[in-house]
Amino acid sequence: MEKYETHVHDVIVIGAGGAGLRAAIEASAQGASVGLVCKSLLGKAHTVMAEGGIAAALANVDVSDNWQTHFKDTMKGGKMLNNWRMAQIHAQEAPDRVKELETWGALFDRTQDGRILQRAFGGHTWKRLCHVGDRTGLEMIRTLQDKGVHSGIDVYMECTITQLLKDGERITGAFGYWRESGRFVVFKTKSIILATGGIGKAFKITSNSWEYTGDGHALAYEAGADLIDMEFVQFHPTGMVWPPSVKGILVTEAVRGEGGILRNSKGERFMEKYDPKRMELSTRDVVARSIYTEVREGRGSPHGGAFLDISQEGADYVKKKLPSMYHQFMEFADIDITKGPMEVGPTTHYVMGGVRVQAENGASTVPGLFAAGEVSGGMHGANRLGGNSLSDLLVFGCRAGLGAAQYANEVNGNALRIDNDELERASREMLQPFDNASGENPYSVHSSLQDTMQDYFGVFRVEEGLKNGLEELQKLKERASHLKIEGSRMFNPGWHLCRDLKSMLIVSEAVAKCAIQRQESRGAHSRVDYPDTDDLKWGNVNSVVSMDGDRMKIGLSPLMDMPEELKKLLAEDK
Amino acid sequence: MADAILKVFRGDSSGGQEKQYKVPVEEGMVVLDALHYIQANYDNDLAVRWNCKAAKCGSCSAEINGKPRLTCKTRMDSLPQGEPITVYPMKAFPLVKDLVTDVKWNYEVHKKIPPFTPPKDTDWRMKQEDIDRIQEFRKCIECFMCQDVCHILRNHHKKGAFFGPRYMIKIAELEMHPLDTIDRTDLLREEGGVGYCNITKCCTEVCPEHIHITDNAIIPLKERVADKYFDPINWVLKKLKGDNGA
Repeated sequence: MEKYETHVHDVIVIGAGGAGLRAAIEASAQGASVGLVCKSLLGKAHTVMAEGGIAAALANVDVSDNWQTHFKDTMKGGKMLNNWRMAQIHAQEAPDRVKELETWGALFDRTQDGRILQRAFGGHTWKRLCHVGDRTGLEMIRTLQDKGVHSGIDVYMECTITQLLKDGERITGAFGYWRESGRFVVFKTKSIILATGGIGKAFKITSNSWEYTGDGHALAYEAGADLIDMEFVQFHPTGMVWPPSVKGILVTEAVRGEGGILRNSKGERFMEKYDPKRMELSTRDVVARSIYTEVREGRGSPHGGAFLDISQEGADYVKKKLPSMYHQFMEFADIDITKGPMEVGPTTHYVMGGVRVQAENGASTVPGLFAAGEVSGGMHGANRLGGNSLSDLLVFGCRAGLGAAQYANEVNGNALRIDNDELERASREMLQPFDNASGENPYSVHSSLQDTMQDYFGVFRVEEGLKNGLEELQKLKERASHLKIEGSRMFNPGWHLCRDLKSMLIVSEAVAKCAIQRQESRGAHSRVDYPDTDDLKWGNVNSVVSMDGDRMKIGLSPLMDMPEELKKLLAEDK
Repeated sequence: MADAILKVFRGDSSGGQEKQYKVPVEEGMVVLDALHYIQANYDNDLAVRWNCKAAKCGSCSAEINGKPRLTCKTRMDSLPQGEPITVYPMKAFPLVKDLVTDVKWNYEVHKKIPPFTPPKDTDWRMKQEDIDRIQEFRKCIECFMCQDVCHILRNHHKKGAFFGPRYMIKIAELEMHPLDTIDRTDLLREEGGVGYCNITKCCTEVCPEHIHITDNAIIPLKERVADKYFDPINWVLKKLKGDNGA
């Protein structure tokens, strides 16, 4: 039996993006010994790619803004399926979390009188997004990284967790491998915070980085936690569509926030048809469907997208406000966006669904297991507003850090029992692809999975397609159980993909089954065969995914009752 | 479109050699696409570090035709056509495997730099024109190519004596922050080794974010050190005050 390197902590945070870093900082501030485990180098997590801004009702630019309006916008954007308590906490606490970043060194763009500047974004009533040009995520992650490395957190970089360990019902550890050496490692811990982000790499066209393979969703599911709302996958309306190499790369919503106009091949400003009031600044689900429809009906751009034009704002303004976009199009597509339009189309961007958590502390249904950020579910309902993700990471990262540290304190003294047989199984499963005499190339299976998800579970869905897609997924699961890998355990990306594939297949199945179950259209889930939003039947329930032996169980769970004062708030604008 | 020939370094700390691969080229393709093609079709175990493939995370640095570049940002059609493309790991850092190097030293340097320390009482008002110059430094994506190309680190192996360009701009960003309250000039002069830089600007040339590392960060930092330690008027004033430090 291989001897495992072992580390002991009060709290283990898995994932070092915005949520993971913020959680680690908070848990450490509470006096917990914290280990932060991440698949990549520190500072490279997907948060770094966030562009447009972070939503917080600071009212620096539009003085009428307040948490109540932010709450209402979030609930409406989520088509009322949100966990109202999360939406409320988020709106109330986002301003403090943003200001706190400033005390840790973040430098947001400024208003004339020297305060944090805010810009317009889809679905937000007021100018609400604090930003740094179009590289807000980089600013946020670097600030948290600076704070984190001086907070006494132990960082385990380039380390992948493949299994959570339990003693009975309760979390006691995690098993994984070092990417560099391929050697196994065990973390003994009283509590675990999942902050692993999303699932975009299961799709072919995505704005997501390679890490987005649904690890946390799958780890939680396998540990017995509930997942909710997995049918809701956000397709960002504006990804690059050409050249093929960059298809899917994000074009920030800030282009529209700063005045960008969408047109079809006939030169029509087509958003007039779909949402005449909000136009380009409608919510993402609406804009994505609109572009998709224009293309499908033959009014697309040469490479199958729509034209997005910001050049009327002038070259200096565009270069100052959207420097990354300027360089991105210049360098990857030979297009000068200060002179003419860019071509854009929908790209898989975000999963609203995730681990079911308690709003106050991020606790999942498994004792000792917490989740924050994209891997958690509930906050964004059926559709997320732009800018609400970065604020979500900070608000609930902080709360999960606090919750996990408190939990660790409460269970202090209880032995952390780890089952050696469980470790053996985890180790054998990982080594299987080396031992198989023959089998498939993991890259081929991944490519087929991406085609399947793209073809059947995209912007528009229909029962027959969904069912065919689910059948394809079952075949892929079979293929993925016979993978063959060459080479050694040292930094072997093919081997790493074998485990990532398993996670992606779990989340894909969850997406498929939830999408089949929900027979209506709501937010990001658009059924051609059920085009209407059916509040009576579907407006009060979340889809719930859980493990039932070897099978994935799908069910429904009623929304929490909303207090009268919040109901009143939401009724005001009706 | 035509095929390209890539000569990629394969090996680890015990040694290695170039391996040649033929890769079909698509319009707009970048070198990282070619490396992914190799992983998917020839060698699953080719070690490449990458994350975003959008030039935002700084993970995929390597030496293409001998120059440090982000592989995700280097278009195949920008390289000499009809000639093989060589891809090697960064030379200034210890090799792990293939194109992956051990860059942990950078993270250790980061820890040595005292973080942003604001005053107790401030209303947090800052003018945009006062932060423009530090926002430039904060564009850094930590690709570490400036560290790789810096001859003090690359050729003279002075990792113990010089923090390198990345951390010069980190210090500059903190020193020039309108609300920061600590002085890092001693650190700069001593452990940071700012004096080692002889302004060859190699770092500025390779920066994918086009940060003017030498002109806007290192030279002003050198001036701060010079003002504090070598300005004759300051020197006399210090002697008069009985301050023997420096």
